[in-house]
Amino acid sequence: MRIQFLWLVILALWVTAMPRAEETAPEYVRIADPYLELHTGPGQGYPVFYVAERGEEIAILRRHTDWFRVRTRRGKEGWVHRDQLERTLSLGGEKVKLATTTLESFSERRWEIGATGSDFGGAAMLGLYGGYAFSKNLSAELGLAQSFGNISSTLSLTGRLVAQPFPEWRYSPFFSLGTGFIEIKPKATIIYPERTTNQMSYIALGLRTWLTRRFLFRIEYDYYTIFSATNDRDDNEELNGWQAGFAVFF
Amino acid sequence: MASRFRSLLLTGLLACGLLAGGLPASRAAETAPDDKELSPIIEPEVARREFHEARIDTEDFEVTAFAGILGIEDFGSSPVYGARLAYHIAEWLFVEGALGMATAGKTSYEAITGTNNLSDEERNLTYYNIAVGFNLLPGEVYPSRHTTFNSDFYLIGGVGSTRFAGADRFTFNFGVGYRLLFTDSFALRIDFRDHVFNMDAAVLGQDKTSQNLELTAGLAFFF
Repeated sequence: MRIQFLWLVILALWVTAMPRAEETAPEYVRIADPYLELHTGPGQGYPVFYVAERGEEIAILRRHTDWFRVRTRRGKEGWVHRDQLERTLSLGGEKVKLATTTLESFSERRWEIGATGSDFGGAAMLGLYGGYAFSKNLSAELGLAQSFGNISSTLSLTGRLVAQPFPEWRYSPFFSLGTGFIEIKPKATIIYPERTTNQMSYIALGLRTWLTRRFLFRIEYDYYTIFSATNDRDDNEELNGWQAGFAVFF
Repeated sequence: MASRFRSLLLTGLLACGLLAGGLPASRAAETAPDDKELSPIIEPEVARREFHEARIDTEDFEVTAFAGILGIEDFGSSPVYGARLAYHIAEWLFVEGALGMATAGKTSYEAITGTNNLSDEERNLTYYNIAVGFNLLPGEVYPSRHTTFNSDFYLIGGVGSTRFAGADRFTFNFGVGYRLLFTDSFALRIDFRDHVFNMDAAVLGQDKTSQNLELTAGLAFFF
């Protein structure tokens, strides 16, 4: 475990320390506004230290979030916000187009990958999930979650169908039905720890909202039924919980 | 025609160079009498006419290797090391996943009585977490008259799991950090974080909330 981890760190460092495959030639645009403000850093708070004039050609070197590092003909380098860059022209004279994520791309998303934190009948639970939308209104999700209780921890694998009646709303409610398996592992300190695997099903009611770019936030209420009834015990366990998570969508 | 002539000439020169006992071909080419005539007549246009956003190098990912000290409550302080991967969503917001590991020392009780409450395997602490960071105070620092570095002071917090003393433990983490950008793609990070999880009576004689303070320094690359 330890050795594997060390390798992981070394691999991560090696990947990042690798020389860039090739330095691509910068993109050029021509300023169409009366002026273009260059900030000292990629953020609104960084001061404007140089103003380039209309008609000047500038090279775009790299991008960090919504900020672009540019170089003027006189060799001044600074950061320009995308809103300003969108009002420039290509050297061919066409308006510069930047890809934008809009509320429309949120409601028309196909794939969704996210992480959740939840309360699972009083125990904390962490999960990862992936979803695919068949249509604007209906999607399927597959999730893996680990919970941490006082006497036992669980690992569950579930699949579910999610119905979304108002996909075009920014705060879009959803309803879901799911089923899967849950493995219950009592803590090693409990005498006679015995792992059990049960089937589980659940219903959920929640809300998704578009945050920024390709990110969404969601929160939901869940009601679980664990089919733990045996010949000795005829009670199924019923639990409820809350869940909140972030996801990227494409 | 010209290009065929050039390739013939170069091949010839190269062969001569090799025959002349490994004389570098480039030096042989320099001495070619009509070298100037062969330089390209039309300079290629540097700037492209059309704009393509996809060709701009985007540096929104940040990978960090870090090392430091983790105070494991009741088990002393231990060296900790690990790695983080962050994605910058906006100038003020990023999400980050982290993996870290340390080996716990002995509790005072174990040291005094000469016992071992945990096996070596149980003494290894590994954690993972997912956190959200807010770049609260972006700024600039001036180490000398001619040097300016951008910096970020951020708040960060999240959830994860810590495997320690025979169990996976749900863990909250929160803290502050400082990022000093030497260049656009290379930074120094100092992180101060508290990892909070529950320890059970079977290990420490009482159920308790364990506060584990971590101070680390890391090198970060943006890509």
